[in-house]
Amino acid sequence: MASFEPWTQERAAAIIAHFDGMEGATLPILHEIQEVFGFIPEAVIPMIAQALNLSRAEVYGTVTFYHEFRQELPGRHVVKLCRAEACQAAGGDHLADCAERRLGVKLGETTPDRRVTIEPIYCLGLCATAPSAMLDGRPVGRLDEDKLNALLTEAQL
Amino acid sequence: MTVRIYVPIDVAAIACGAEEVVAAIRAEAHRRNVPVEIVRNGSRGLLWLEPMVEVATAGGRVAYGPVEARDVPALFDAGFHEGRGEHKLCLGQIEQHPYLARQQRLTFARCGITDPRSLEDYRSLGGYKGFERALTLGPAAIVEEVFESGLRGRGGAGFPTGIKWRTVAGAPATQKYIVCNADEGDSGTFSDRMIMEGDPFVLIEGMTIAGIAVGATKGYVYTRSEYPHAIAAMNDAIAVARRAGLLGKNIGGSNFEFDMEVRMGAGAYVCGEETSLLESLEGKRGLVRAKPPLPAFVGLFGKPTIINNVMSLASVPVILSEGAKFYKDFGMGRSRGTLPIQLAGNIKYGGLVEVAFGIPLGDLINDFGGGTRSGRPVRAAQVGGPLGAYLPVHQFDTPFDYEAFTAIDALIGHGGIVVFDDTVDMMKMARFAMEFCAIESCGKCTPCRIGSTRGMETLDKVRRGEDHVKNLALLEDLCETMKVGSLCALGGFTPYPVVSAFRHFPEDFRPEPQLQAAE
Repeated sequence: MASFEPWTQERAAAIIAHFDGMEGATLPILHEIQEVFGFIPEAVIPMIAQALNLSRAEVYGTVTFYHEFRQELPGRHVVKLCRAEACQAAGGDHLADCAERRLGVKLGETTPDRRVTIEPIYCLGLCATAPSAMLDGRPVGRLDEDKLNALLTEAQL
Repeated sequence: MTVRIYVPIDVAAIACGAEEVVAAIRAEAHRRNVPVEIVRNGSRGLLWLEPMVEVATAGGRVAYGPVEARDVPALFDAGFHEGRGEHKLCLGQIEQHPYLARQQRLTFARCGITDPRSLEDYRSLGGYKGFERALTLGPAAIVEEVFESGLRGRGGAGFPTGIKWRTVAGAPATQKYIVCNADEGDSGTFSDRMIMEGDPFVLIEGMTIAGIAVGATKGYVYTRSEYPHAIAAMNDAIAVARRAGLLGKNIGGSNFEFDMEVRMGAGAYVCGEETSLLESLEGKRGLVRAKPPLPAFVGLFGKPTIINNVMSLASVPVILSEGAKFYKDFGMGRSRGTLPIQLAGNIKYGGLVEVAFGIPLGDLINDFGGGTRSGRPVRAAQVGGPLGAYLPVHQFDTPFDYEAFTAIDALIGHGGIVVFDDTVDMMKMARFAMEFCAIESCGKCTPCRIGSTRGMETLDKVRRGEDHVKNLALLEDLCETMKVGSLCALGGFTPYPVVSAFRHFPEDFRPEPQLQAAE
């Protein structure tokens, strides 16, 4: 399970300062902010803009462009199911249906109890051992219904 | 005597239980009082056999796979730690395995054999020989050597690497960059990931040689956030190379300077397009740039930049160490050298196959791949990622060659092959191609941004039986517009899977009243 720190402006300022002098630091800063706080809080955007001499719109635009950056906290566990062609060829559609049915939410959503977020991902590079998934950064290959159910049980704990 | 046991650290092996296997081997060896040394090697690319465990014996490395943690006690019982072949998972001397013996491994020569984090291992199998020769040749001769090898960009476009290097070498500037495109987002591809995880020094060496050749002192590897294991391996190897004086100032005791770092994308497929990648490296939205100017003149931060795929740069060391002619002697027509091909999807023996250009598609799918994993007949193969064409079985005699694929309206792309059996619904795959383009479009040009969504809607109408003949004609027209009117390959190549699916499998593009009634 991922554990995140509560938002403080001081912590955010320290993260931004750490990247002082780096060329093209926007993405590295955003990754670190998300790693620490679990998402990109709105309050950090003007701080990054000021540090990098950018407009707030430019920083906000970068945040919203990339699928990976979140603007709200995810569930306690994040399950990413690969939905790209190689996994589709190996039965991925059926597994995605199973996961949605079991959790009662669609891909891209979080269960109402905030325990699990399921997301589509387009390729983990595990295409010869498809279908593939990732639970909180742990890769799982050769997924079948039993393995998926075990994974979701683990995520719902 | 200590037994040396190899368990791959490649993420494909980890995803199939390699960490649990390592723990089980340690525990079992401890229990039996057998001293073992576990080496975490890269993957050999026989991915259906992962986790594939190897034991060093006097006669070579004996492999076992696919091993699960629960197999480990029985493996010890059968004397696997002595390299005995009694267990049913024993594959014999791995070097003689037909899947490997039939390959021509130049770029992947070391992958799976060495510990990816060991510079000694890398050097012991020819590593940094290309770099040493590059130092004696000097910049201009390096560029000519790469040009002479016939190497073409392995990212998909197939542009001659030597010409790119010449252009950047000739561009006057105080700062130049080497950017490695490791944003391997195509489904069915994993060769970049495997080399970064399994032999990261070969990429470092290739980028260093590129830096010397064109006068660039700084390199970036732009890779995916979906590849944390590759990032960790690259960062570790970069630190080792720096400590060994192979990155930084006066590299290898010369007067050249070159250093590099890894940067991580954030889940945007379009950032694999070179100008979008440059925007992303600069910290912006990954909007595609109009060309010209070419990145070779106005690239990263406005400076002359070489941007090459991982496979292109990782092929440079062997070209320099063995010479352009050695490399050029592999291949066919204008496609020279070898291509690391990836077999994926519904395939029995999925993995990495590095062979000379010219091998027919069917040999890869049937001889190497063994047909489908489901055991059903193969119906189609998508070659070259989400933007590549779907090929029917009667085109499987097409040789792997850039021009031969162009001639049948297909592309080699990054060398990924995704196999589908006869249960595939080709209209659904065509719709997915449009949907994927809609999700991943950067939004800069209209044919891609709007066309992909309209394409999806049009296919939905066909499925529902609304004017389906008229709508299919409209779809073809839309594909033509996207192909010629899009700014980059995302919108421009999405028609390849759509049109090929329609052309080769028209029987799937029909209304489905029964399905509608059932819903």
